[in-house]
Amino acid sequence: MSSSLTPLPDVLVDALAANDQDPLRAAQSMLDVKQYETAGEFPVEMGYVWSSLSSTENGNPLYWDDEVASGLTAGPIAPPSMISVWFRPHNWAPGRTAVALPLQVHFDLKTLFGLPEAIMTDNTIVFHEPVRPGDVLTTYQRLTSISEPKTTKLGTGRFWVIEVVYENQRGDLVGVESYTGFGYKREEA
Amino acid sequence: MVEPTLLQTEVTAGALLPELSYDVTATTVVLGALATRDWRPMHHDKDFAVNRNGTRDIFLNTPNQAAWFERYLTDWTGPHGRLGRITFKMKGSVFPGDTMVFTGEVAETAVDELGCGWVAVDMVLSVDGETKTTAHARVALPTSTDDNPWSRQADAWRP
Repeated sequence: MSSSLTPLPDVLVDALAANDQDPLRAAQSMLDVKQYETAGEFPVEMGYVWSSLSSTENGNPLYWDDEVASGLTAGPIAPPSMISVWFRPHNWAPGRTAVALPLQVHFDLKTLFGLPEAIMTDNTIVFHEPVRPGDVLTTYQRLTSISEPKTTKLGTGRFWVIEVVYENQRGDLVGVESYTGFGYKREEA
Repeated sequence: MVEPTLLQTEVTAGALLPELSYDVTATTVVLGALATRDWRPMHHDKDFAVNRNGTRDIFLNTPNQAAWFERYLTDWTGPHGRLGRITFKMKGSVFPGDTMVFTGEVAETAVDELGCGWVAVDMVLSVDGETKTTAHARVALPTSTDDNPWSRQADAWRP
């Protein structure tokens, strides 16, 4: 993922202060805490659905044929795997002074531990109610685990697991996504 | 009403999914990143990917890989197939110039206590025989021609 560090949010500044500036203890104090509750910046729409299907040359008639969608899902739906798409912020928006980042907890951890590089290694998504055009989804993130320091071929850092919970405007659970990230420093040549 | 392509009762453990092969280009990577609203530079800026991430080129992003696995599964199941859960582990990156090969094998089949038919599938995305990503999915299939997994809601859906 990204190789830049973002400013720490106030909640982590406070967590550091409360834990003698120890980043591990500060991170551990955030385990299972609901963070970054937010609504999608736009309603779910078929334009992105078709762009995604086009990118993978996915001809599933459920998404291209209204009759099939009507018969199977009582109208059009978005492919389940697109669930995170509806929360990825615009790269720019009026009044925004910095690039908004999805999965902000991940970037906060990079900054907290001073790890300039990071990748995602594992991803689990559980799908519940289908997402439909016009839905406005809401989400929150929570840190569920953080590892001791590890060294891989990429460098030395830590693994962490972040869950992202998604709900629709009716309060129905539409999905839970779990990411394992590895933040690291590259080994000097 | 659309007839199911594949019934859960027609699937057995050990069955192989048809292989899917696809030549990846820079357009594949960039289109996939933009379609998933992923603006991060390692998915469109080769200089950044090489000099900051230490990879040899731009590479497929995570959400687009999920979309590829979903396409691979539903090519096999048809539109009645409803994805319940997918876990994937990335072991290496997929770059322009690579030929992705998707393979899959049915790990198990089951019918839950609510009568929903499930198939678990192990999948591999490989390049030149080297595993790049592994995935394990749980997908619901109709148990009869008049069954529709998409009709299950709330507590009747246990992915």
